Amino acid sequence: MEKQKQKPSKPIKEILWFSLFSTSIKLLLLPSYRSTDFEVHRNWLATTHSLPLSHWYSDTTSQWTLDYPPFFAYFELFLSFIAAQIDPAIVNLHEGLNYKADSVIYFQRITVIVSDLILHYAIYRITRNLDSTKRRLIWILVIWSPALLIVDHMHFQYNGFLLGFLLISISALIEGRDLMGGFFFAVLLCFKHLFAVAAPVYFVYLLRHYCRGGLFKGFGRLLLMGLAVVVVFVAAFWPFVYHNQMLQVIHRMFPFGRGLCHAFWAPNFWVFYIMADKLLAFFLRRMGFNVQRPAGSFTSGLVGDSSPFAVLPQITPLVTFIMVLLAISPCLFKAWKNPQPRKVARWITYAYSCGFLFGWHVHEKATLHFLIPLAINAVDSINDARHYFLLSIVSCYSLFPLLFETREYPIKVTLLLLHCVLMWFGFSSYFSGETTTNSNKHLQKKNYEDISDKGKLGVGVGVGWLCKSYLLGLVAVEIWGQFLHTLFFGNKLPFLPLMLVSVYSALGIMYSWIWQLKWIILSS
Amino acid sequence: MGNKKERKVIIVDQNDNNPWWWLVNKGLGASFLCISLFALLVRLAVSLHPYSGAGNPPKFGDFEAQRHWMEITINLPVKEWYRNSTANDLSYWGLDYPPLTAYQSYVHGIFLKSFLPESVSLFTSRGYESYLGKLLMRWTVLSSDVLVFLPAVFYFVISYSASRPHRHKSEIAWLMAMILLNPCLILIDHGHFQFNCISLGLTIGAVAAIISSRELVACALFTLALSHKQMSAYFAPAFFSHLLGRCLRRRNPFLEVSKLALIVMGTFALVWWPYLHSKEAFLEVLARLAPFERGIYEDYVANFWCTTSVLIKWKKLFNTSSLKLISLAATLSTCLPSMIQQIKDPSNKGFLYALLNSSFSFYLFSFQVHEKSILLPLLPASLLALEEPLVFRWLIHFGLFSMFPLLCRDQLVLAYIALFSLFYLLFYAPRKKDSGKIRSFFTLKLLITTLLVFCSFVLHIVYLAMNPPKRYPFLFEAIIMLVSFTQFVWLALYTNKKQWMLQKQSTWVEKEKKLL
Repeated sequence: MEKQKQKPSKPIKEILWFSLFSTSIKLLLLPSYRSTDFEVHRNWLATTHSLPLSHWYSDTTSQWTLDYPPFFAYFELFLSFIAAQIDPAIVNLHEGLNYKADSVIYFQRITVIVSDLILHYAIYRITRNLDSTKRRLIWILVIWSPALLIVDHMHFQYNGFLLGFLLISISALIEGRDLMGGFFFAVLLCFKHLFAVAAPVYFVYLLRHYCRGGLFKGFGRLLLMGLAVVVVFVAAFWPFVYHNQMLQVIHRMFPFGRGLCHAFWAPNFWVFYIMADKLLAFFLRRMGFNVQRPAGSFTSGLVGDSSPFAVLPQITPLVTFIMVLLAISPCLFKAWKNPQPRKVARWITYAYSCGFLFGWHVHEKATLHFLIPLAINAVDSINDARHYFLLSIVSCYSLFPLLFETREYPIKVTLLLLHCVLMWFGFSSYFSGETTTNSNKHLQKKNYEDISDKGKLGVGVGVGWLCKSYLLGLVAVEIWGQFLHTLFFGNKLPFLPLMLVSVYSALGIMYSWIWQLKWIILSS
Repeated sequence: MGNKKERKVIIVDQNDNNPWWWLVNKGLGASFLCISLFALLVRLAVSLHPYSGAGNPPKFGDFEAQRHWMEITINLPVKEWYRNSTANDLSYWGLDYPPLTAYQSYVHGIFLKSFLPESVSLFTSRGYESYLGKLLMRWTVLSSDVLVFLPAVFYFVISYSASRPHRHKSEIAWLMAMILLNPCLILIDHGHFQFNCISLGLTIGAVAAIISSRELVACALFTLALSHKQMSAYFAPAFFSHLLGRCLRRRNPFLEVSKLALIVMGTFALVWWPYLHSKEAFLEVLARLAPFERGIYEDYVANFWCTTSVLIKWKKLFNTSSLKLISLAATLSTCLPSMIQQIKDPSNKGFLYALLNSSFSFYLFSFQVHEKSILLPLLPASLLALEEPLVFRWLIHFGLFSMFPLLCRDQLVLAYIALFSLFYLLFYAPRKKDSGKIRSFFTLKLLITTLLVFCSFVLHIVYLAMNPPKRYPFLFEAIIMLVSFTQFVWLALYTNKKQWMLQKQSTWVEKEKKLL
């Protein structure tokens, strides 16, 4: 009864409020630090604006060459027309190099803010039929996500609207509109191919859920879906095929020469692998074995061609590819056996977690790929909430090294603290008050007693001592990195604090991966 | 019995589909934690923006003034802080706030010195600007805000909600957001660069103490506020009349008054101690605090003297000493009605109105008012936000508007726009459907209000986009001032009337009670 009553509340007005609210904060954050990604995207604006399409993927005027798929290039082309109106220097390929006037920074920041509207629409679409508190909590997790604010609006990238496309696709799948879901996923892939990690899940799910109903109908639907995807890809890649640029495009999009890990190690499985290699090499040397020192070193932050391991077997892109596929396979199996729309969001996010943990040259920013879609299911049960609480803190924390200047330090800390506090109060109120919202009037008397049991209210989302001590450890790692390290070691071992951050965060992300895997295997 | 009531409240809470129940049902402390963290975030984000006089030699702006005071206070002995000397050139941002400001500068100066000695070294640091210097200075304001303003607001909210138990928790949370996210205060303190949060925080603390009937604490806190910024005197008539009114109702009024007087004198003596050894030293400081030579008004402030000077040239008609008297008389006579009301019938609610009214009369009529002084009427207006939401909204709107030229000069337009929209969003935050709290006091004049809002909107754009005609280079400033002034006068009249109506209402209720 209560639920029916709650439905007529106007979510459109409210989502507008949430969206505008976050926009004001984003506007305030405009003058924060200028990362190199500004120049990357400015160069793409200039490239697409001043060169013919056939040269987009072969131009080397700037070191920041275009390495996203064509839709993103078209998107930059579209933006470049506005940019040229505002300040022609922005789109000047040669004279615009390292151009950092206010005009270009403001323009670029504002494009990110505006493109976020797609994300806001997507999250509205996906939550519009949920009960109001749940809906609001999810909005808070996504629209006010500190990780997104840090990556998109302080560091500068366009993840918001890409995730928006992903969420639109997921919401279509949940509603059972598979064709639309597949179409939007294809569009997303043509914007940023890193999202392709979930493609196997999409493939299996759509094959089993959409292409069914007998051989004839199933085949017809397979053709239809194939057509939709092909149309999208043709729209994206045809001009490049026409100009005989396809190989160049693919070469740019998959730069395997970049090495296993990024300069700052993303907190994934390979961190443990590297650590194990280092320790083994150290002990073997101690025991008198002759272990050769590898040519490049991970700790120097070198982005090299090979992955220099001293003892353990070398890792090639193929190995990582197989490992990702293996890690995804349980959910492929589940999706094959019983393709359920209500689980598809979890399968997709699980695939992204696998890609993050075992992938080749993963950026720490890729945590967003599973952090944001996971929010959809974060309030489903108390265990989900506990898991999300831990995961979102860890992954937001692992993004801290992105903003390394002193000025942004208090901002990122406050963002994370506020997020923790909001999640804590939101989850614990929601799960301790759930009985009341679902109750009807006959049961209210009993619920009075439930609610008056203050103890229950307080520990609504008890997170367990292990999680608590892990989070406390996070604080310790941060304090070590910020203050104690220089106190004890001075300028020696400068890589140690960052290494600690990624190793320690990797523990949390591994836990989250295992938790998701367990959920997928155990759920029926 | 009490328990049952509480339970009912919780049930009602959720059934009403209150968007914020998950936040407010954890109690005042929890919502305060959330809101203050958010307020801190906003302040941090604003502090990324430029400060007044950034990169603008030779005089720079308020930022340089505050830095200079740190330089003076940590390098010179206490007795020379207010004295012109070879080491302390008073014409270059001489210290012109009371001693508590000087002590605060001293503490912050020590802080700066420990990280960046060259930013506060004597003479050589004039006009010092650097990335780290700006950061450290910003942090001094942020820390003062966290240490003084936030606890004071929490104290106020606790005592306020205790005195009004019928208020809903989410309403109290909304009030907190209104006080903590006052866009004018944030822009001036964390954008333009000043330390209003300290004196205003101390004043809020004093108000909270009065609401929770701790008069002695209130006296001490308000005296501290006065010794931090002399502008706190805008509130003095309200404090004086309310406390006097209370004492007169006690068994032994004389004893009560002398107790309070003793506390006030004691606190003053403590703060002013280094300057009390001789009359000259004391007068020297006082002379610095009252810069009458700067004229009755400066720039384009939306008060009576500046606005009417378009028609009447006050500065030509009268000399400074007679203007002093005229403005004093005008100020006192305009705040007299509200004082009389409080002496006759002191009440918590009436006291808040009295604070608003007396600060209005000072802003409109006193000598040497700055456009930033609108912060003082804004403070009690924010405390009254639940009682008078529309007055508060209107005052914020035109308060911000009146400071627009100033903030433009500081290159804070972006922060201005963001905070303006943030304020309106918070003001109209999604709330319980049935709470018809916001009553229009202009019901029939809706047209006029929308027209005025539209007009101010257009003026913003005109000010940003157009060059004024050459004959009147300050035409737009003058129009902005005129519009704001009319609104302030209108609001002041309304709140004065409201304060007097309070008494009638309460006596009426009392009479009714007696009849019953």
